[in-house]
Amino acid sequence: MAAGVAAWLPFARAAAIGWMPVANLPMPVAPSNKNKRQDELIILNVSGRRFQTWRNTLDRYPDTLLGSSEKEFFFNEETREYFFDRDPDVFRSILNFYRTGKLHYPRYECISAYDEELAFFGIIPEIISDCCYEEYKDRKRENTERLMDDLEDNKDSKLPNMTFRETMWRAFENPHTSTMALVFYYVTGFFIALSVITNVVETVPCGYMPNQRDVPCGERYTEAFFCMDTACVMIFTVEYLMRLFAAPSRYRFMRSVMSIIDVVAILPYYIGLVMTNNEDVSGAFVTLRVFRVFRIFKFSRHSQGLRILGYTLKSCASELGFLLFSLTMAIIIFATVMFYAEKGSSSSKFTSIPASFWYTIVTMTTLGYGDMVPKTIAGKIFGSICSLSGVLVIALPVPVIVSNFSRIYHQNQRADKRKAQKVQKARLARMRISKSGSSTAFLHSKRNGLNQSLELTLPYYKMKLSPQGSLEEDQQLKKTTSLLESQHHHLLHCLEKTTNHEFVDERLYEQGYLQTALQNFPSQSPSLSSEEGITGTCCSRRPKKNIQPLNATHTHSHTHNLQELSALHIQCGEQQPLNTSRSSLNLMSDESGSLNCKSSGLVTTAIISIPTPPSNNSRASPDAPSPPNPEAPPLLNPSSTDVVKISAL
Amino acid sequence: MSSPVKRTQWDEELTQFRQDHGLSKKVLLNCCLVRRIISWASPSKKDSIEDELELSAVRHRPEALEQLEAQTRFSRKELQILYRGFKNECPSGVVNEDTFKEIYAQFFPQGDASTYAHFLFNAFDTDHNGSVSFEDFVMGLSILLRGSVQEKLNWAFNLYDINKDGYITKEEMLDIIKSIYDMMGKCTYPILKEETPRQHVEIFFQKMDKNRDGVVTIDEFIDCCQNDENIMRSMQLFENVI
Repeated sequence: MAAGVAAWLPFARAAAIGWMPVANLPMPVAPSNKNKRQDELIILNVSGRRFQTWRNTLDRYPDTLLGSSEKEFFFNEETREYFFDRDPDVFRSILNFYRTGKLHYPRYECISAYDEELAFFGIIPEIISDCCYEEYKDRKRENTERLMDDLEDNKDSKLPNMTFRETMWRAFENPHTSTMALVFYYVTGFFIALSVITNVVETVPCGYMPNQRDVPCGERYTEAFFCMDTACVMIFTVEYLMRLFAAPSRYRFMRSVMSIIDVVAILPYYIGLVMTNNEDVSGAFVTLRVFRVFRIFKFSRHSQGLRILGYTLKSCASELGFLLFSLTMAIIIFATVMFYAEKGSSSSKFTSIPASFWYTIVTMTTLGYGDMVPKTIAGKIFGSICSLSGVLVIALPVPVIVSNFSRIYHQNQRADKRKAQKVQKARLARMRISKSGSSTAFLHSKRNGLNQSLELTLPYYKMKLSPQGSLEEDQQLKKTTSLLESQHHHLLHCLEKTTNHEFVDERLYEQGYLQTALQNFPSQSPSLSSEEGITGTCCSRRPKKNIQPLNATHTHSHTHNLQELSALHIQCGEQQPLNTSRSSLNLMSDESGSLNCKSSGLVTTAIISIPTPPSNNSRASPDAPSPPNPEAPPLLNPSSTDVVKISAL
Repeated sequence: MSSPVKRTQWDEELTQFRQDHGLSKKVLLNCCLVRRIISWASPSKKDSIEDELELSAVRHRPEALEQLEAQTRFSRKELQILYRGFKNECPSGVVNEDTFKEIYAQFFPQGDASTYAHFLFNAFDTDHNGSVSFEDFVMGLSILLRGSVQEKLNWAFNLYDINKDGYITKEEMLDIIKSIYDMMGKCTYPILKEETPRQHVEIFFQKMDKNRDGVVTIDEFIDCCQNDENIMRSMQLFENVI
């Protein structure tokens, strides 16, 4: 429950008097605050700075250090104050959390110091309020990255027992690890450069043959170029095979971009070797040579900046797509307009709309080759509009891409966007859970059979129990719920009594819903079994045969002859009710069986059905006109009241 | 020169005005038109400023502690505690209905408490000015927690009587009971059905409406409640809340 709202609980309870004349059932006993103290100021001495607050303020969050009895460990008898040897500046934010219900993160604080303080005082960081949460998360992410980088640097130095394969892979990925790796790195770099230069120089015309026109160097010095090409391809092949051998996951390596580039770079050579110098296929072979230029992409292993550029382009795919789309639209529009504008003029170069595309592109990108110019006045007008709009259309998405690049380059975040989204989802989930914690807390306390559902009409029932039993109950009650919680639960219990319905959690509700569906169609017996089958599967871990006792115990408040402690079956699933309550966490560790969902599909707390003496009938008769429950399942056997069922936890 | 036989007063005044100021008809019309356009274009300029003033001025200071102590049955300390809680949640000193609904809904996370909170708000807002000040709040609480059974029943009757006409009709009761059932939410056992509130209303009227005239008056209500042990006992339930 939120901080200030806890102060309104007395009001909510007082307003419950409005339900009383409407209710038909007697109300449960209110929890007594036996040890009700007058609200007092307590002094918190944090490293010499004294903070004072009301005790009730701290009691608002009973699952933190200051709200629970854990602070008694820090009580100083002589000075009658609580002394904490911690940072007083951070404590200010923590105390404000109790006062206002909002936890703020001060920007000047170091993130790890703040985290430590929060951990000390038992506050989870997820409840930092929205105004400060982004800042907190950003700083935390930066910090963890820095720590990870440091770790990696340290890790690189020594790892004694790695296999040869792993060493090779590490050498390939981080050339700085060993001298051999560095040498290899530079050698491959040199050969990439050599290969690229060779490709370029091959096509330069060099020198005259007396009887022929200019020949490119490639045809003049064929053997030399062939030898160099062979050497480069040898090196590249060896490198590729070694990488393939060393890769931890060969399949993944073969699918990666770099390996595809490697393959594409060296394949033309081998294809050229295989193919003879046949006239027909030599044309295709020449085309294949183009792929040799892909060797230049191998440089991206050597350059971080190139990789970031590639990543930027990938991440700006949407902006690029938008740019392309808007350009295409504009090109088509203007090309059409120009075509029709220039249709009239003779000897116009604008022979068709696709022919006008070229003009439009050249004009919009402000190139203006001049090979196609409009001659009519209308054409010139539209041409000028075209060039003006071209500037705009191209200029708009470009800054987005640029800013993207700079952001990525500076922060060098690869997968952090994805990680941040996951964290955000987790945070929202946790906040939702803690917010719904109050409702689950109520159900939780009901499950543990700890709420005092003793009816006002039968106080002697408690005396019937052994004194030990009631004592234990009291102790357990104190252990698990604070006064505030028990009062809140009492309020919810009164509401249940008023409406004669009970709160259940989602699964039991779905189960009950299915059951009413079952009972509404009693004639279709084959479908009954199939629906039961459905029940069995959707509430996956519940064995079907336990449906019966569930109904028996649930209708206890509606049948007049059963007096029970609150007995509810627990539908255990993967979703355990997450309580941030420390006391209930202690509870869970003590009563290990109670919510141990993994072991059994269905856990039952103690169910004790004790038949009441018939003298109760008269008093219970006001209950009889309570709204009949037609869905009270026919499976209920009133004779089961004679059975005292106590199932083990 | 032929003037119409009948002229309206306004017409005469207008012509008089025009003759006095030497304006032609056309100019006058233009001025009126322009003014109308301007007023249409900026309709609520005056209102918005006033609105802003109003918002910032909604700040209520309660009466002095002694007066409240005299008017209610709370001790000084209790009033202090109550006010601190009140002011924490509503720094401006008054609760409006939305805040009220929000606060009340926090206690019933599974259901929808807004309708019942609306009725509660009307019950607390005794002077019906749309906001509950600290005095209203504390008066209501004083009745609920420290009042006699008669006063509490009176308050409950006031809560149920939505239009404050002195009679509880079946429709009013149905609204109230539906709002209570709304607070339970969806996940209940047994499943809430459509006719459950109506049946509950029937039971209530069977109990309370002695002369079977279809409405429950305050006397019937108080009589019947005083004869019902459960209700009397549950009225004492929240004695020690503060």
